[in-house]
Amino acid sequence: MARYDRALTTFSPDGHLFQVEYAMEAVRKGNLAVAVRGADVVVIGVEKKSVAKLQDARTVRKIIMIDSHVCLAFAGLTADARVLINKARVEAQSHRLNLEDPVTVEYISRHIAKIQQKYTQSGGVRPFGVATLIAGFDHSGEEPKLYQTDPSGTFSEWKANATGKNSKAVREFLEKKYKDDLAEDAAIELTIRALMEAVESGSKNMDIAVMRRETGLTLLRNDHVDRVVKKIEEEKEEEEKARKSSFAKR
Amino acid sequence: MPNLTFLEGSCSARSEARKEREEGMAQDLEERFQVAQVAQPQNFLRDTFSRGDAPAKRIEFAHGTTTLAFVFQGGIVIAVDSRATRGPLIASQSVKKVVEINDYMLATLAGSAADTQYFLRDLGKTARLHELDTGKRMSLAAASKCFVNTIYSYKGYGLSMGCMLAGWDETGPHLYYVDSDGTRNKSNLFSVGSGSTWAYGILDSAYSFDLSVEDALELGRRAIAAAVHRDAYSGGTINVYHMKKDGWEKVSADDNNDLFWERYYPNGKPGESS
Repeated sequence: MARYDRALTTFSPDGHLFQVEYAMEAVRKGNLAVAVRGADVVVIGVEKKSVAKLQDARTVRKIIMIDSHVCLAFAGLTADARVLINKARVEAQSHRLNLEDPVTVEYISRHIAKIQQKYTQSGGVRPFGVATLIAGFDHSGEEPKLYQTDPSGTFSEWKANATGKNSKAVREFLEKKYKDDLAEDAAIELTIRALMEAVESGSKNMDIAVMRRETGLTLLRNDHVDRVVKKIEEEKEEEEKARKSSFAKR
Repeated sequence: MPNLTFLEGSCSARSEARKEREEGMAQDLEERFQVAQVAQPQNFLRDTFSRGDAPAKRIEFAHGTTTLAFVFQGGIVIAVDSRATRGPLIASQSVKKVVEINDYMLATLAGSAADTQYFLRDLGKTARLHELDTGKRMSLAAASKCFVNTIYSYKGYGLSMGCMLAGWDETGPHLYYVDSDGTRNKSNLFSVGSGSTWAYGILDSAYSFDLSVEDALELGRRAIAAAVHRDAYSGGTINVYHMKKDGWEKVSADDNNDLFWERYYPNGKPGESS
């Protein structure tokens, strides 16, 4: 096994590309990112890493604009993500220049996935240790779009997804609780609930952003996030109490 | 290619793009258009064919044409003549000056037929790849932009083209004029070629966006007929096409003499003795 995990361009006898799998492991260690598609918005939530005292928290952004109508959240190596984002931003403008149309979300996701795949089949490079959640609106058409890419270069469309630390548990939570055509507030609440499954609650530990067709990407203010967190915690307490009392009755 | 490396500067995105372009170009070399293997390809045409002391002066290029297209409520009308001249010789009366790029895109040909046909067929390939990529028809804006960007990289190399691109994409019917200088203009009405001045006379006096389909097709036909009547370098068959939402249709191909003398002026032209 150890002999096949060095050079990227070598398959192992049982069909694995170890470097790609190790890259996915790096993603699994990254901070959690969640995205939920509503009827006319996409809500994105990320786990905020605690910053050092002297560090300016505003410079550690994990939800990033590719163009005014498309944004991206990621889990994994921040520097790798930065490179991918820069390439995607250039491609978005090139597309506007050469084709006189903004990119569709599918196009830019496919472009990012294509780059990620290229780095799994070249000499002297390593894969990007990043999985992305790409959200936005197409120029034509009504509904919002959400895509995910991973270090192997695959991409797929999702209604709601999570990536990074504890993403499996969060995705299972989303599978249970997701409903089609959520209104904006409901989508925000579901995103925060999903984050709270794996992250300490409170605006100190999470960044929530909403992608809307007209106004693009908006970061929610801390007091807004805290209000929703409070509501969710109160509801959870009520549920706990109701459960305990029904328990006692038996 | 003129040396434009000074434009790249220290911008990392551009030099990265250049590297990727160069890598891609190595693969595309076989496909790249071959220019004249002389010291100054941009002067090749003039030096070989048209200058006073040019060695091949007797082989003059085919020029002279009338083409027109306009957008109206029922789609797009495209009308062309079919004559090719070499100096005083009528080289052909049956040139196809409308190039069928795909089911929903047509282009008119003016200038060098070889250049135009080559690059328009290349555009057809790009449009098809775009369709497969995105699942939608390639917009006319994108097609004309890609076309003109390709042509622009050959600027100064002696290409000669003045085309109109007409098509119906996801946002409706559109008409663009593109030429070998790198011009790209959008409008509802164009006429290109040596006979265009006469065609504009007819078009400008009778054009309206609200024309019926029948009237619009007849207007296109009549305008070419007027140009053909007065311009020595236009003639042959008057071909008319109609671009509709679900594709184009070739409407008519009338011999210009039959059209003029049997349909428009069966009793001779007013004011002229026969």
